[in-house]
Amino acid sequence: MDDSEAQFALTRLSRELWMELSPDLPRSVEYEACGTLWVAADEEEMREVRRKQEFYASRGVSTQILDALQLREAEPNLRDGLAGALLVNQDSVVYPPCAAVELIARSGATVLRARSVGIESQKVMLANGESLEAGVIINAAGIHAGALMPSVSVPIAPRKGHLLITDRYPGFVRHQLVELGYLKSAHSTTGSSVAFNVQPRRTGQLLIGSSRQFGVNSPDIDAPMMARMLRRATDFMPGIARLSAIRSWTGVRAATPDKLPLIGPCPGLPHAFIAAGHEGLGITTSLGTARILTDHIVGKTPPIPLSPYLPDRHA
Amino acid sequence: MKIVIVGAGPAGLAAARSAAEGVARSGADVTLIDGNHSTGGQIWRGGGAPEIETGVATLLNTRVASPDLLTFDKLILATGARELFLPFPGWTLPGVFGAGGLQALVKEGLDVRNKRVVVAGTGPLLLAVAHYLKTHGADIRLIAEQAPWSKLIRFGAALPSRKWLEALRLWNPCFSPSTWVTEAQGTTHVKSVSAGGKKIPCDYLAIGYGLVPNTELPQLMKVDPCALDEYQRTSNPAIFCAGEVTGIGGVDLSIVEGSIAGYAAAGDVEKARAFFVQRDRWKRFGTALAEAFALRPELAQLARPDTFVCRCEDVTYQELVAKASWREAKIHSRCGMGPCQGRVCGPAVEFLFGWKPDSVRPPLFPTPSGSFSMIGNEPQ
Ligand SMILES: Cc1cc2nc3c(=O)[nH]c(=O)nc-3n(C[C@H](O)[C@H](O)[C@H](O)COP(=O)(O)OP(=O)(O)OC[C@H]3O[C@@H](n4cnc5c(N)ncnc54)[C@H](O)[C@@H]3O)c2cc1C
Ligand SMILES: Cc1cc2nc3c(=O)[nH]c(=O)nc-3n(C[C@H](O)[C@H](O)[C@H](O)COP(=O)(O)OP(=O)(O)OC[C@H]3O[C@@H](n4cnc5c(N)ncnc54)[C@H](O)[C@@H]3O)c2cc1C
Repeated sequence: MDDSEAQFALTRLSRELWMELSPDLPRSVEYEACGTLWVAADEEEMREVRRKQEFYASRGVSTQILDALQLREAEPNLRDGLAGALLVNQDSVVYPPCAAVELIARSGATVLRARSVGIESQKVMLANGESLEAGVIINAAGIHAGALMPSVSVPIAPRKGHLLITDRYPGFVRHQLVELGYLKSAHSTTGSSVAFNVQPRRTGQLLIGSSRQFGVNSPDIDAPMMARMLRRATDFMPGIARLSAIRSWTGVRAATPDKLPLIGPCPGLPHAFIAAGHEGLGITTSLGTARILTDHIVGKTPPIPLSPYLPDRHA
Repeated sequence: MKIVIVGAGPAGLAAARSAAEGVARSGADVTLIDGNHSTGGQIWRGGGAPEIETGVATLLNTRVASPDLLTFDKLILATGARELFLPFPGWTLPGVFGAGGLQALVKEGLDVRNKRVVVAGTGPLLLAVAHYLKTHGADIRLIAEQAPWSKLIRFGAALPSRKWLEALRLWNPCFSPSTWVTEAQGTTHVKSVSAGGKKIPCDYLAIGYGLVPNTELPQLMKVDPCALDEYQRTSNPAIFCAGEVTGIGGVDLSIVEGSIAGYAAAGDVEKARAFFVQRDRWKRFGTALAEAFALRPELAQLARPDTFVCRCEDVTYQELVAKASWREAKIHSRCGMGPCQGRVCGPAVEFLFGWKPDSVRPPLFPTPSGSFSMIGNEPQ
């Protein structure tokens, strides 16, 4: 969230928009304001906790530092000997597929089930040979955004991730848990890495992550990668090893070189816009992205400037 | 050389026997793995399975949830089949079991003496189960077979005489063709069922709509158990499939296929070829079985809007009916995302809505998370 000022700004805006929306989201969205705990393993990471708190505080987001004892109380299943944590209270988790259904329903948009094969200036070409004309076109095809516009440079690379999903264990984990070392591993833009990351679902299921691999497109489970990820997870939370896993999953994040999404007009394609490349934050930052892009399109001033995200910044 | 066989039912046992015989000279080792606590598969669950050959190592209570921990030179997948359940009002009531499921419970010690039982569904299994329950003291009230007499007679005409004798031995006057259960009534336990326009009081309902091959493990290993060469070999020359995982054809076909796969895996193709004629014969039996017991379309209309289709995640019929695909149903309603991972509701949903299941992911069975961390070799 605080990789850079621009990432922080988009995340904070989006968080506020989610909070506004949350009171009347249907149950199916599973909005759960469980908060995030950034877990510090040692004193060096505690210094990072304090730095992070100041960074957030100076930008109007209040957080709380937990010492080793308070962390134990907050999350009894974490291992002994951790130094503490930073608690970001209002952070939430949602069930993204149903959140998408809800947002589409609210928008009143018509959903056409069709595959697009290309975007031109005011035209979307479909695989069935038909095409759609529109005054404004937004390319939000995630990892596939570039393929739809071969003439435009869209610097998005796949970054594969694994998840392991457990059976229901209500209360086993209470917050979203992320190791602070996550910063280090998520920072590295080459090679593969794992980090301890667990999200509780309202159902009591746990999503255990995370892994990052560049240049891998296959959706297959990479067993050694999954093993590395699980060893990392059980290192922080030994009890995870006993929980029953019912499913594994992989997905591909759309990564950009500077770790900021591409939001704004498509260079060289008038009336076409892009909203893609959110890497591992695209659920969180979806609402902020939509707000600043639509404000820009209708000629309003967005709540935060669009400039850091403009698709042609790499040119 | 190491030959591994997954599944110790009739097919896996036959494969183990012929593989052990075939490799006896070369000194290769044969390992037979099954998730159950005993060998025998579905049919010989409570005993009666042939002895394991010497030279075969058996690993019981071992479910293969992911292929990553299997090491082998040749692998024979004999994972068999499971029962098909179709949703109808009341199917989730306690006291409602699969037909083979209730039989298995009795084999494990459930007492059905003087219990009123309705056996329903389709296929030769119904008579076998009813007979078994009756010999254990159950009071069989009805055997509801959805297939019509016309199809059953055509099937009977194609049966070898041995199967006729078996059918006569199992015969029960409660057998009623063109009959199916439309509802089970009860609050905490099944009390009665509606079938053929009548309400029949009962203590148990044993219902199975035939068998579905357990193809998940082959799928995970990217081989198609229905596309095999004459030696039961898949597109991966190290992997063979045998028995009902390749299609439903009965115990005799399973044994023959297992024998062929075992010899072929051990490199004894001549011995394998000797079974080809028998296999052809039992395959014709399998085809006749599929025709005779094809499910009637009325069975797809039994669920009411509030009938559960996915019992792990409590997803009702009305939540699914408007969806466009299995994938959409899964991600929006969580149908098939519970502990059974769609093994029960997946085939039902395919019958009800025509949706093909999407990808298979490990683990195939709920598995302690810790076992995922045991795979060695860190990626470079
Ligand atoms: C393992 C993992 C964990 C993650 N965890 C988190 C997290 O905790 N928090 C978070 O905020 N984010 C997380 N993410 C990232 C998040 O999933 C993405 O950032 C987000 O989904 C991006 O949304 P999107 O709408 O840009 O793209 P997508 O979700 O990829 O959606 C693109 C859509 O476009 C459609 N499409 C693509 N091509 C075409 C075409 N040619 N024609 C028609 N339609 C097309 C696709 O079908 C899809 O529906 C995670 C990702 C992974 C892989
Ligand atoms: C419930 C049921 C009851 C039946 N009752 C009768 C009957 O009374 N009379 C009759 O003639 N026929 C009966 N049949 C049909 C008969 O059992 C089959 O024709 C025959 O058993 C098929 O043999 P098979 O070896 O292919 O598979 P199965 O007998 O199904 O054996 C497969 C074996 O593989 C194991 N297995 C599957 N996946 C894995 C895995 N991933 N890891 C480890 N082990 C695994 C299973 O535990 C099982 O033991 C029944 C079938 C079923 C499903």
